[in-house]
Amino acid sequence: MSQIVYKRSPGLQDVETHYCPGCHHGIVHKLIAEVLTELDLLDTTVGVCPVGCSVLAGNYINCDFIEAAHGRAPAVATGVKRTHPELPVFTYQGDGDLASIGAAEIVHAAMRGERFTTIFINNAIYGMTGGQMAPTTLEGQKSTTSQSGRDRNVHGLPVRMAEMLSTLDGMAYAERVCVADIPSLNKAKRAIKKAFTLQMKGIGFTFIEVLSTCPTNWGMSPVEAGKWVKSTMSQYYPLGIVKDTEVTA
Amino acid sequence: MRGKVTFNLDRCKGCGLCVSVCPKEILWLNEKVTNIKGYHPSGILDQSKCIACGNCAKICPDSVITVERLDEEK
Amino acid sequence: MQKELWKGNEAIAEAAVRAGCRAYFGYPITPQNEIPEYMSVRMPEAGGVFVQAESEIAAINMVYGAAAAGVRAMTSSSSPGISLKQEGISYLIGAELPAVIVNMMRGGPGLGTIQAGQADYFQATRSPGHGDGRMIVLAPSGIQEAADLVAEAFDLADTYRNPVMILADGMIGQMMEPIVWHKRAPKALPPKDWAALGREGAGNTHFVTSLRLQSSANEVFNQQLMGKYQLITAEEVRWETHECDDAEVIIVAYGTTARICQSAARKLKQEGIKVGIFRPISLWPYPYEALRELAKQASVKSVLTVEMSLGQMIEDVRLAVCGLKPTPFYGRTGGMIPETEQVSEKVRQLLQEVKS
Repeated sequence: MSQIVYKRSPGLQDVETHYCPGCHHGIVHKLIAEVLTELDLLDTTVGVCPVGCSVLAGNYINCDFIEAAHGRAPAVATGVKRTHPELPVFTYQGDGDLASIGAAEIVHAAMRGERFTTIFINNAIYGMTGGQMAPTTLEGQKSTTSQSGRDRNVHGLPVRMAEMLSTLDGMAYAERVCVADIPSLNKAKRAIKKAFTLQMKGIGFTFIEVLSTCPTNWGMSPVEAGKWVKSTMSQYYPLGIVKDTEVTA
Repeated sequence: MRGKVTFNLDRCKGCGLCVSVCPKEILWLNEKVTNIKGYHPSGILDQSKCIACGNCAKICPDSVITVERLDEEK
Repeated sequence: MQKELWKGNEAIAEAAVRAGCRAYFGYPITPQNEIPEYMSVRMPEAGGVFVQAESEIAAINMVYGAAAAGVRAMTSSSSPGISLKQEGISYLIGAELPAVIVNMMRGGPGLGTIQAGQADYFQATRSPGHGDGRMIVLAPSGIQEAADLVAEAFDLADTYRNPVMILADGMIGQMMEPIVWHKRAPKALPPKDWAALGREGAGNTHFVTSLRLQSSANEVFNQQLMGKYQLITAEEVRWETHECDDAEVIIVAYGTTARICQSAARKLKQEGIKVGIFRPISLWPYPYEALRELAKQASVKSVLTVEMSLGQMIEDVRLAVCGLKPTPFYGRTGGMIPETEQVSEKVRQLLQEVKS
């Protein structure tokens, strides 16, 4: 007899994704799929996916989705969650979407303590549009719009969203994780599970920042990109719990 | 304890993450095979060394790997 | 039914609640502030949701979210704020979501002024947002009509799964008039089985989106929209006429301007000049045929358009009249309001020119 140790989660639709080989979007999608399956929330959850590489998340994750304009997912999610507080709601946003054009929306969602969960994919670059500099692009990191490397005097320094948003009282739980290796991946899954669990308890805004790779636009192999997350990105974006009001509450 | 690893070969994008997390280093991108997408899909070199830890399947961005733990027949 | 004195903005908000609107998202901007203010109290009372959003952009996207979850949702703003909402309106059109948007117009462009204007006519009727989408645009000329049109707007939005705009000028928002609350028989409307309220079993998920990456599929969608718009054009045109039979001059005007022109017409009648008023209520779809029929009348010597702008509806008037009769224009803009005597003087002048 044999036991299944791991098989494809029923929280994923049985389709191929368009993501590049090794892209961490795929990993985060499956963690969300596994968490929603384990918490038995697939039938009621509504995800919001704005413009970015993950705009097609609604084709991949096996729950209802609403596609949002670039940067506006937190507003769309507010519209859904406020009118249907019983439904689990989450936004799945990239760094261009959340930290650039949608900065006001995410700040005010956190400020209002909206009771949905945001999964923030920080891969320090604009993926879908071919590798431009993002608000989270590291100093010195090259991109198609910072071709000799990000320069603090010209582009300013990258923003740490988990910390910034955690200064807002409406933020109940914020953690920064990555999925570059198995221990980190396990932690990331626990963090995502905790965020949804808190949401179902009606506890305020929950926010998971996932340091992720973009092998294609970083010009690295998927494995090298994962190493870069651990060696370099996590120096500027420290991993771990940034805020947990349950601890302090 | 022995494991059995199966791949949905045609959905593998040859990213190599599974290879990088296998504690027994028994996975490789099989250069003798090119799948429908034009990649060398992941493959297992020595099934007998597999300890069914599931790491490869956990990290696969496309969930193409299934891992089973085979109970030792006495 | 009992008459009650209502301020335009508040009547519009109350009408929305009575029409079953249960989600309002707004942002302060004169001259529509009473709408969010009123909703901040009334919506929770009605068991609905009120959020003052961080911007007009956020507000229209909150409407998008509530609408995608099957709720009757509304936002309101004034000219500059409506410009900020246009991307959101295009998304509503592209995702076929019902919503009501109120534009209490003010003088533009840019920051402009806070007095009433009608210079957003093109924006509303030609290009509510990027792409081929259109939007039903209803223009009330009084508080009673504003309240009635809001109720209709919600039914139209749900019937056609498309945003509907109430296009009024600032005076409609700020004026107070006696109105009655009509009892409206609930209309049979299509079910919202497309709403994202949780999937219907594994693999049977709802995906509310305006994204159609495959161009051929997107073209097919646009053609379906064209079908919807042809149906709306055939079914939903609304207008009103006053004493147009054997009129020498027809004045075409909407909103508050139409009332000013009515006063001019009454005065001119005493001078033996017969002036009829043609008042479009739906600005899109525009009542072209009805106006063309009037223009054909032998008695009609000129079809004068009067607007609070540099002239925008004039283009639709000319499309309708097609050169059958002269189509002059008179307007005040920038927040200035045309006066009855100025309109009367223009009519007298026109008739001089025609006679000479």
